[in-house]
This record gives sequence, C-alpha cells and structure tokens, in this order.
Amino acid sequence: MTEIVLTIDGKEVKARAGMTVLQAAQQEGIYIPTLCHHEKLEAFGGCRLCMVEVEARGWTSYVVSCVYPVAKDIVVRTRSEKVDKIRKVLVEELMAHAPDSPELIRMAEEYGADRDRFERSASFCIVCGLCVRYCNEVKQKNAVGFIDNGARREISFIPEVARKECWDCQECFAICPTSYAQAAYLLTEALAFPGQRKEAVKVKKAPKPKRVIPIMPAPVTT
Amino acid sequence: MPKLQSAAELEKFRAELLAKRDPAKPCIAVCAGAACDGMDSAAVAAAFLAEAATQKLDGKLEIRTTGCHGYCEKGPNVVVTPGDICYFEVQPTDVPEIIAATLKGEVVERLVYKDPATGAKAVHMSEVPFYKHQTRLLIGDNPKIDPMRIDDYFAVGGYAGLVKALTTMTPEQVLAEVKKANLRGRGGGGFPAGSKWETTRNAPEKTKYVIVNGHEGESAAFMDRAMLTGNPHKILEGLIIGAYAIGAQKGFMYTRHDMPLLEKHVRQALAQATEYGLLGENILGSGFNFECELHFDVGIFVSGESSALMRSIEGNAPEPRPKYIRTSVNGIWDKPSNLNNVETWANVPQIISKGAEWFTSIGSEKSKGTKLISLSGNVVNSGIVEVPMGTPLRTLVFDIGGGVRDGKTLKAIHFGGAMGGSIPADLIDAPLDFDGMSKLGAPIGAGGLLLMDEDTDMIEVARYLMDFLVNESCGKCVPCREGMQQMLQILTRLTEGQGRKGDLELLEDLIEVTGVASLCALGKTSGDPLKSMFRYFKPEYESRIVSSAGGSDNK
Repeated sequence: MTEIVLTIDGKEVKARAGMTVLQAAQQEGIYIPTLCHHEKLEAFGGCRLCMVEVEARGWTSYVVSCVYPVAKDIVVRTRSEKVDKIRKVLVEELMAHAPDSPELIRMAEEYGADRDRFERSASFCIVCGLCVRYCNEVKQKNAVGFIDNGARREISFIPEVARKECWDCQECFAICPTSYAQAAYLLTEALAFPGQRKEAVKVKKAPKPKRVIPIMPAPVTT
Repeated sequence: MPKLQSAAELEKFRAELLAKRDPAKPCIAVCAGAACDGMDSAAVAAAFLAEAATQKLDGKLEIRTTGCHGYCEKGPNVVVTPGDICYFEVQPTDVPEIIAATLKGEVVERLVYKDPATGAKAVHMSEVPFYKHQTRLLIGDNPKIDPMRIDDYFAVGGYAGLVKALTTMTPEQVLAEVKKANLRGRGGGGFPAGSKWETTRNAPEKTKYVIVNGHEGESAAFMDRAMLTGNPHKILEGLIIGAYAIGAQKGFMYTRHDMPLLEKHVRQALAQATEYGLLGENILGSGFNFECELHFDVGIFVSGESSALMRSIEGNAPEPRPKYIRTSVNGIWDKPSNLNNVETWANVPQIISKGAEWFTSIGSEKSKGTKLISLSGNVVNSGIVEVPMGTPLRTLVFDIGGGVRDGKTLKAIHFGGAMGGSIPADLIDAPLDFDGMSKLGAPIGAGGLLLMDEDTDMIEVARYLMDFLVNESCGKCVPCREGMQQMLQILTRLTEGQGRKGDLELLEDLIEVTGVASLCALGKTSGDPLKSMFRYFKPEYESRIVSSAGGSDNK
C-alpha cells in the first residue's frame, strides 16, 4: 500500500494511492461541502461545490475534490477567495430552483450567497442526480433516469419500471436535497398507475408500503 | 479487385491505373458539396450524364461528381480539366453549351468568373481571386476525386504516405517525423499532435485506439464535413499511419448522424480500403493489422468533446467526465485513445510523403502548414478556404472573401464559433496563428470565420451564441447548465432593451465562475465570446443598460 503525503489547509495529511482529495480530507475531519456526492455512489463531479484550490509544481488550479486523485506533495486549500466565490455563485444558481432546501440554506450562510440573486426557475429539481445514480448503482433498478439535455435536463421516473419497483423502496426520497424526487414519483404514480400500489401489496403479500415521508430531507453524508 | 499484398503491388496498380487514364481527355467535375447540393447540383450532374449518354460521348469525355470545391457562394460549381476552367452558378440548361465548348477545347465565356467591379474575366482556377490567394494542399484534390471511387484517390498519389511509412519507416520514425513537423491539432486547442500520439504510444496498456473526431458542430464551421465527404481516403490514410506510429489496432471515425452523403462516402471508403487490403490484417504485407469502424453521435454538440465522444463510442450517453487522467492514457473502455480532428489526420499523409522539413517551410513560426477556414457571415464570397498559417486576416477577408457584402463596413471578425471570440475591424492585419489569435481573444478554434458588418448588434451575437450552447450542453454540471442559462436570460433581457443596473457585473461573475468551475471545455469557454466583446465592444453593452434603466421611454 503506497502512502501519499499531501498538505490540506496547512495540515500534513497521509492518504492511500487512488484516494480522492475529498476522501483524504474527510478522513482527517476536514470539511469540504458536497451536494452530488454520496459515499455509496461513484463520484459524479456534477455539482462542483467541492472545488478546491490545488497547487502542484508551482501551478495553481481549481479541481473538483471528489474526483481529483491525491498526489505526492500537492498543496490543497479548501477555502480561498476564489473558491468561496465559486461556491457562492453556484449556490445562488441552485437557489434559483430550490431556495428552501436546508442544505442550500446552510451553504448560502457559509458563503454569503443571495438566494434571490437570480430569477426564480419553475422547477425545484437541482439535477444532482443522486436519485438516478442511487437507483442505478445501489438498487440496480433504473426506475428513474435523466431525460433531455442542457438547461432542459430533468429527472423522470419510468412508469413501467416504477410501478413494479418503487412502492417498497423509495430510498431516493431521503437522499434528495430538495424533495423533488418524491414529488416526481408521486406525479408519475398519479398519472400512470394510480392506486396500483395497493394491488401490488395484495398480490405479493409484502409488508405495508412505505409511507410517504414528510418533506424534510435528511442530510447527505458529509 | 484482389487484395494488394505489398507496396510494390500497390505502386504497380497505380501505374496501370494512370496508364489507362489519358490526361488530355476532358473531364467535367460537378461539385456535390453541401452548398452546391443545396442549389441542386444533382440536377446539373444528371443533365451532364444524360447529355453525354445521348451524344454517346463515353470515350471522349468524363463526367465526375465530386466533393466540395470551396467556392460555395457561386455554386453549383463546375470545373473542367485540363486547364481547371471554372464555371459558376451552372444550371442544367447550361449543360449542352458546356459540353459542346469542352469538346472543341473552348470556353463558355458567360459562365466564367467576372470581377464585380471591373468586369474582368477569370477563366482558370489559378486566376479566380477566390482561389488564387489560397494554398490548397488539403482541399485541392477535391475536384479531382469522386469520393465513391478509391481509384481516383490512387490517381492523385493517394496512400503513398502509407506505403512510405509501412515499408521504409519504423513506428518511432513516423512519430518523430510528425513531432518534427510540429503538427498542431486543428480541432480547436492547437495541441501538438505528435506529443499526444507519444502519450498514447507510451501508455502501458497494449490495446490502444485511434479516433477521427469528425463531429463538427461549431457554428459557422463546415470544412471538416467537406474534407470527410469529399476525400474520405485522405483522412483514413492519415489515421492508418497514425495507428501504425501509435501501435493502435483499432480506429473509429466518429461523426454526425445527420449527414447521409458523408455516411455513404465514408462507408464506401472503409469497404474499398478493406477490399484493397489497406485495412485488415497484414496491411500491404507489413505485418501491421488495423481495422476501422464508423460511429455516429446522438445529436448534441458536446458529443465532440473528447471524453464525451469516447463515452458515446462505448455506448453511453455523451457526457464528459473529469479528465484528471487524460483520454490519451485512459479513454475508450479505459484504454489509451488518441483523438484528432479530421483536418489534423488529413495533414498526416503529406507530412510523411513530403517530409517534416517541407511541412515546416509553410506557415508561421509556431503554427505550421495550412489551415482550412470556413468563411461566412456578411462576406461577399462565402466558402471553404485554405491558406498557410500566418496569412493576415486581411487576405482572408478582402482578397479571398471579396470584402463585406452590399458595400458595408466591416465591424468585427468572429472566430471559433460559440466558444470563440470577436475582434474589431481594426485588428484586420493580425496573422492567422493559433497563439496570436488566442491572445487577441478570438482563438481560431476549428476555423469558422464569421464576418460581421456595421449593422451587427454585438449583444444579439452573444445572445445567439449562448442560446446555441444552452441547447448543446449535456447539462451534467451546475456551472454550465445553470450559469449559461442565467447568462442567456440576461443577454435576452439586454437585447430586448430591458437591461438592469448590475447586469454587466452579474455577467462578469457568471463568466468567471462558469469558466473555472465547468466540467468540460464547452462550459469553460462558453463565456469567451462575451469576454472578447467586453474587451472590445463594452460601450455597446453599457449603452443598453443606460438607455433602458435611465429612460424607458426611448424603447
């Protein structure tokens, strides 16, 4: 096992080869904000909130720590004027969608983001993809997926799969930072297979379907 | 046709082919490039064939349908050899007259180029102003080649570079030659192709891939399409040579799904190259094996980004992935994959056959060779142009392009499409050079040059380009998906006269964050056009704020 020594926020940190900067920081208890990151899922690098400043061989660059591999002697700064500015603007952009997301509110306080800086958008999904990736990687059901691209990208439950798989799972509701996953599911259910949840229970003699959880997302692993 | 087993067999075949062709026999080449095709050059070609059949001219005259000649503005284009007599805006009704004149060795005066100012005529290609200032090393063969016939490519010396590489050079020597030629990537970055090849070659994995990036999606760029459709074997030859140097066993041609003619030509080229033994096992008896597959996109611009393109070839959605390990080391299915643009590959055969020294004698100090440029916008002569690197923009715009349309004044020159930049008219003497143009804020990009006249609203230009990117982004990362959307909203507001105080500062913040935080080059450079406009045209932007915030009555 190769041990790599790097510096994070002035502290000498030991990490294993192949680890990411985020993992190395977390194991030392150094906080880096994340949104699309989940320990059970492959790194996505989509929300960009975990961006840090890295100095290597005299070059300073900005990298996403959830993907960037640790390397010998690099100097990582988890906060700087520029890093904070990036996070501030990103949070402001996301708050145009979900101004009441507890996670975003917390980050907005930390980085001085103005929740009203950008015009409000109709959808409160921030397209972090946690639900999509959780369903794919952990549950391997693919009941929810991304559709369309660019600014039109959204998540969508696939009715044919969702009616079979979701009634006794719904684990994505809890990891969604904005409760949009739950809303999208309920809409799909109401439109495509209303009332069929009960039927499925009867047939399979399975335990009671999960109750819809109150809209209060649990914090994502930090 | 049996497989060519060796270089000697290929050269013998070429000699026989040329012996059968009489250079004095007239040939009429009808352009079937995208623009001419749009002006129904197919009807012109059909008329030529019909007339030749009626007059039973089989042995006396050849009719050839070819790829793009370049002078799109004056299509349908017809070139008659010998003599390279150029006829413009040819209609099916002109056909009998052209045939009659050609058989008699005469020229149809009314169809040749006429100078709009002086009325002076230019008959031969070397005299037509649009062509005479060019150095057409890559696209010059297009009028001589029917892309459906590999024989035509052999007849212009095709695959001689491959023969030389396979029979007289080691892979290391081929690589050294390309490095020495200082061939820089034509897709946008200008990264040295040789260094990229070397990285893939030196990567430890044995399985390696080479890829042609034919996913031309930059707005106002249409030269790769012309090359790949008009002369597919040239690109294929470059790819095979590259694969030999790199040690790749398999190649991909990645292109757009929406160009049926291109698909037809590339499929035919791959089939014919396989039939002749230029693809497959033991190519020309050298022991080198290589195969190539055609692959299509799913229709968004970001598919052309290297890591997204490779995801697409794997069969996944074309989403870029963070490239802290380069695709030349870790690409398709985690194997080292070397990706170059169509034009970069097209340069390879001539570098090998004529040598690096010859290649470096063309161009500017740090940018060698020629560059294909798509000329469009408010220009008199739109089309595809090829000039040596270092050529002043003035030559491109005025000598070749004929200046600004309708006698108007030039306001700005835009390079590089939606991720490029605009420079004002007074920088017209800047040379066409990767580094120089980047410094000015209008990187060459893939080579789309857009001319803008005095009536152009620069805010509308920025809005238009941003609108394009918003629709072509994959939407995976926040700064690109959300940041560009916000920039578009602000720009739309400005064009509608609803600019607010603080809008420009907001745009500057968005440009900065989107530029540093986005995952791939699409987002990172999305603010570049705006940045260049803030550099050169800021008062125009400021005036929008003042006028709408100060007095809403002027609107």
